[in-house]
Amino acid sequence: MKKNDFYLIGGIIVFILVAFIGLYIFRTEGTMVVVSVNEKELISLPLDEDTTYTIHHDDGQWNTIEIKDGYVSMLDASCPQKICVKHHKIHYSFESIYCNPNEVFLRIVDDTENELDAIAK
Amino acid sequence: MNSSKVASYGLFIALAFVFSYVEFLIPIPFTMPGMKLGLANLVIIIAMYGMGIKEALVLSIMRILLVGFTFKDPSSLLFSFAGGLLSWLLMAICKKTKLFSMLGVSIVGGIAHNIGQIIVAIIYVNNTSLLYYLPFLMISGVVSGTLIGILGALTIKRLNKYFDKWNK
Repeated sequence: MKKNDFYLIGGIIVFILVAFIGLYIFRTEGTMVVVSVNEKELISLPLDEDTTYTIHHDDGQWNTIEIKDGYVSMLDASCPQKICVKHHKIHYSFESIYCNPNEVFLRIVDDTENELDAIAK
Repeated sequence: MNSSKVASYGLFIALAFVFSYVEFLIPIPFTMPGMKLGLANLVIIIAMYGMGIKEALVLSIMRILLVGFTFKDPSSLLFSFAGGLLSWLLMAICKKTKLFSMLGVSIVGGIAHNIGQIIVAIIYVNNTSLLYYLPFLMISGVVSGTLIGILGALTIKRLNKYFDKWNK
């Protein structure tokens, strides 16, 4: 084991901490939730409309998403451990919930930023 | 190439393949797509130190192809290749320059995996905001890289005799 290894680990930990603090400081309220299944974007839902949305997977599994008062949560799912269901509600941009067995990924986005992307394209 | 080399390649590919499968079986609550234990990377890094850098690349490519067509959607091959190849490239550079020991090389490999996959994801969905998920993924990269590095160093010590024969 070399000294450089420790510098590497230390440097990465500092980078991660700074990145997290930055994300926390510059976080904005999200406007949309993007639902992707198996790395493919399925649907985007606005946060200002209360609704529930159920995804039925090809293999009979399912996930139900709830949007309430601007917060998104996984209401119920067919996965065994239900980690995604226990996850706290998400609301701010870059917050996310992931259901690993069903490969469902919910992430909050800020629409204004998407508009910037659209202009860039 | 002599027969013992052929046999070693077969053995290592089989090991990497099995480790990839074991990873599917272990239910660890990862909170983001792309977070992984990277058990197969243990085989790749041992091969890199024991057999050589080129051999590790061959193993890595074979493993990705096999796992991609067996357990995963072939469309995920692009993600696996980006992660696997970037990881191999950076590990090879770090090993060649002797900048880090096996532990450091393994951590670089773990993080390179995350970076490679996120670059492809950004190109794929054409949305740079995915970059903000990198710090989350890097946590898993550092943790798994450290574990794999320690395990790899322990294994290499015990396999030295075998690899001495290989390199003759």
